[in-house]
Amino acid sequence: MTALPPFQTVLDDHAGAVMAILHGAVGRDGAEDCFQETFLAALRAYPKLKDDRNLRGWLLTIAHRKAIDHHRARGRAPVPVAEPAELAAPAGIPEPDDGLWAAVGALPPKQRAAVALRYGSDLPHGEIAAALGCSPEAARRSLHEGLKRLRKELA
Amino acid sequence: MSTATGKAIEGLKRRAAEEDLLDVAYATADSPFGPLLLAQTRRGLVRVGLPNQDSDELLVDLAARISPRVLEAPGELDAVRRELDLYFEGKLDSFDLPLDWQLSGGFRQRVLRAINSIPYGQTRSYTEMARRAGNERAVRAAGSACGSNPIPLVVPCHRVLRTGGALGGYGGGLPMKESLLQLEGVLDESPAS
Repeated sequence: MTALPPFQTVLDDHAGAVMAILHGAVGRDGAEDCFQETFLAALRAYPKLKDDRNLRGWLLTIAHRKAIDHHRARGRAPVPVAEPAELAAPAGIPEPDDGLWAAVGALPPKQRAAVALRYGSDLPHGEIAAALGCSPEAARRSLHEGLKRLRKELA
Repeated sequence: MSTATGKAIEGLKRRAAEEDLLDVAYATADSPFGPLLLAQTRRGLVRVGLPNQDSDELLVDLAARISPRVLEAPGELDAVRRELDLYFEGKLDSFDLPLDWQLSGGFRQRVLRAINSIPYGQTRSYTEMARRAGNERAVRAAGSACGSNPIPLVVPCHRVLRTGGALGGYGGGLPMKESLLQLEGVLDESPAS
């Protein structure tokens, strides 16, 4: 196994992407704290990381989990939700794109969270509802409204 | 990088230090010879990179040999920077910094510890360093220990010369060794070579 690169390199390479995703998922106010929680968790686990081929996927997975924690901590009912695997490198995470994630970040909070959890974390509607503390119908509606607005913005 | 990200990173470094996650903290410092790279562990200063050495390579090496938790954290190295500044101004003749010797083992570490006790403004020969490290005949090995000194300047390998007074070598280049010896008053400003 080749040695892991200095953590500073990981931070330099991926800080922007993690911040963009978190802006989309939790908004400007929550992003700084989630960002720090994400990189602290990564720094704690880093020396034991077995595979450094998808550091971005690894970081974005942690970031999405922190975003879910953030939404849950803000007074929503603490319903157990399946945790995304921490060290898995999911294929489904989109590469951050400035335009898209900026538009997601501009959505109203509930729509923004629904879109980020669905397409960032790949959660099913039931779990989005649990994370947001609303009914599955309401989660579906937020997602639908969010997507409609994004299509209009980006058209 | 956006200012929001910069601010978040600053806070992250602070929290990482509070949680004792900085296995290797590093910073760069200006010197009359160019930028130096300074790295320390919880035990003390572990590496000084001279201006002619590649910082990226050096950090990759520290990640492999000590821990990959390597982060730039200038505030952690304030004391080191301050003492080096004073030294370059000729106002400090002995460093008072904790050192981490882990990058050198065995005979090499004994040579480097012997070098570390050479007083400011004095010089010793490679032969003497070999003897102090316990093997007078290992002059060549003592020379190579000087050459691989991970903490140059602070561990003053520039004070070690060939028997007879020839300069020998220096990792930062011979002109730098000459300048350091001039600063310490060992060499005249224009040495007859």
